[in-house]
Amino acid sequence: MNTNASKSVRSKIARKVLDLPRSGIRDFFEIVSTRKDIISLGIGEPDFNTPWHIREASIFAIERGATCYTSNLGLLKLRRGLADYAQKTFNLHYLADKEILVTVGVSEALDIAMRALLEPGDEVLYHEPCFVSYAPEITLAGGVAVPVTTRMEDQFRLTRSALEAKVTPKTKLLLLNFPNNPTGAVLDEAAARDIAAFAIEHDLIVISDEIYAELTYDSAHFSIASVPGMKERTVFMHGFSKTWAMTGLRLGYVCAPPELIEAMMKIHQYLVMCASTPSQEAGVEALLNGALDVHKMRESYKTRRNFIHTSFEEMGVPCIRPLGAFYAFPGIAQFGLTSHEFATRLLDEESVAAVPGTAFGLSGEGFLRCSYATSMEQIEEAMSRFERFIKRLK
Amino acid sequence: MDELLRILEQNARETPENIAKMLDLSEEEVLRRIADYEGKGIIRGYRAIVDGERLDLNTVTAVIEVKVTPVREDGFNKIATRISRFPEVQSVYLTSGSFDLLLFVEGHDLREVANFVSARLSTIDGVLSTATHFMLKIYKEHGVLMENHDEYERLKVSP
Repeated sequence: MNTNASKSVRSKIARKVLDLPRSGIRDFFEIVSTRKDIISLGIGEPDFNTPWHIREASIFAIERGATCYTSNLGLLKLRRGLADYAQKTFNLHYLADKEILVTVGVSEALDIAMRALLEPGDEVLYHEPCFVSYAPEITLAGGVAVPVTTRMEDQFRLTRSALEAKVTPKTKLLLLNFPNNPTGAVLDEAAARDIAAFAIEHDLIVISDEIYAELTYDSAHFSIASVPGMKERTVFMHGFSKTWAMTGLRLGYVCAPPELIEAMMKIHQYLVMCASTPSQEAGVEALLNGALDVHKMRESYKTRRNFIHTSFEEMGVPCIRPLGAFYAFPGIAQFGLTSHEFATRLLDEESVAAVPGTAFGLSGEGFLRCSYATSMEQIEEAMSRFERFIKRLK
Repeated sequence: MDELLRILEQNARETPENIAKMLDLSEEEVLRRIADYEGKGIIRGYRAIVDGERLDLNTVTAVIEVKVTPVREDGFNKIATRISRFPEVQSVYLTSGSFDLLLFVEGHDLREVANFVSARLSTIDGVLSTATHFMLKIYKEHGVLMENHDEYERLKVSP
């Protein structure tokens, strides 16, 4: 009886949802969550607590009754703060009243941007290995996901020639994510200008998810939207999650030309009305008084980045020097195991959790994502266990 | 502040080998810099942060405000140094405001601290008055929260 019922429900679920692959991260999470006392390098969020003054501002806002809706676009004072911040930090000039929309994290921004832009069959170029949501978001919005592989031998940089090989007359969007999760690669100014020229030549809209923009360690972040001629065709996405360790507050924003903001706003208002008001108040405080927090966290990530990268190098495990975000992406192909086998055995034998590269697309085979957003003690212990593990494999 | 000092402030037991990796330096360079900081007196020492309450030591700490008469050409230095030399005095600060020196004094019991104040501190030439506050509970010390607050647990794996 029950089986029949569940069969009949299943037959009613939309085909495109049934066909979506399960997130590889979620699969792995379910294995990991049954284990005790593991060291996790699988965490895709800062290990810092949200700075107290930001939490306190949000609590104060709730006390004052800031629990009602805000403007669909988001609190004006927050959008003004964002306009200033984008100008100072990324050299981007957006108007608070019509070019900025506050969203429920960059996740929502991605969804509404795709839905606002894609017609069935439109192709979207995105680079892979990449964050788990991109291909599903494209598919759900009716687009066709066209991955462009980035390779370790190119330091996981995206090149114009790789894009040229995949662009077609049906290509409408190019989706970028630098600094990159999971590879740690960045888009430097020269590469950004190159890709901007490509986008202009093929008349593409660029969606640029720059959620890790503040977390670059060897040079300042460069935003592709700041290239002349790009603001008109770029959807710039950024948020508070990584910068101020505010993942659970779900606060992001998107900047784009007014017509596009208006289009995304339509979906946003029917979907969620507005981002959480206490979170927006927290965002105002972060922008106003949070510069030092970012500096401290970046310095701390940088020492851990150095440590984990040098550790892999000393073990003879190839790993590019991550220039941004908080992930190392070592290559483990030499050990003759798939990423999934490697990760599972590492978990079983040494109680260290790292995410198989394949969770980030097929081109992630042969790699492992190791987050260094965890304490130095944990990283040190994880590296010595990792070394012991690969010695046994050799 | 130098990143090396920041690391040691966080964890003075971090090994030179690990610090070298964290800072992209050689281990010798790390050891040289630490020795240099020690030599210059920038690093004054290394100590454990002990939560005395858990040890049931039953010691008593008092925070004492002291008003003193400053001396021409020396100000507060001589008298502050004089007070600082008492081993029961843990810390001495010159402050602005309604009093001059702020002391942290530790003793085995109330009587010992009271004795120190009445017999030793108040009788020093130049000490005009004292106000003693006994410490009831430590919530935070040296930047460390002393009570165990349940940390909100993060997911072990997330995208």
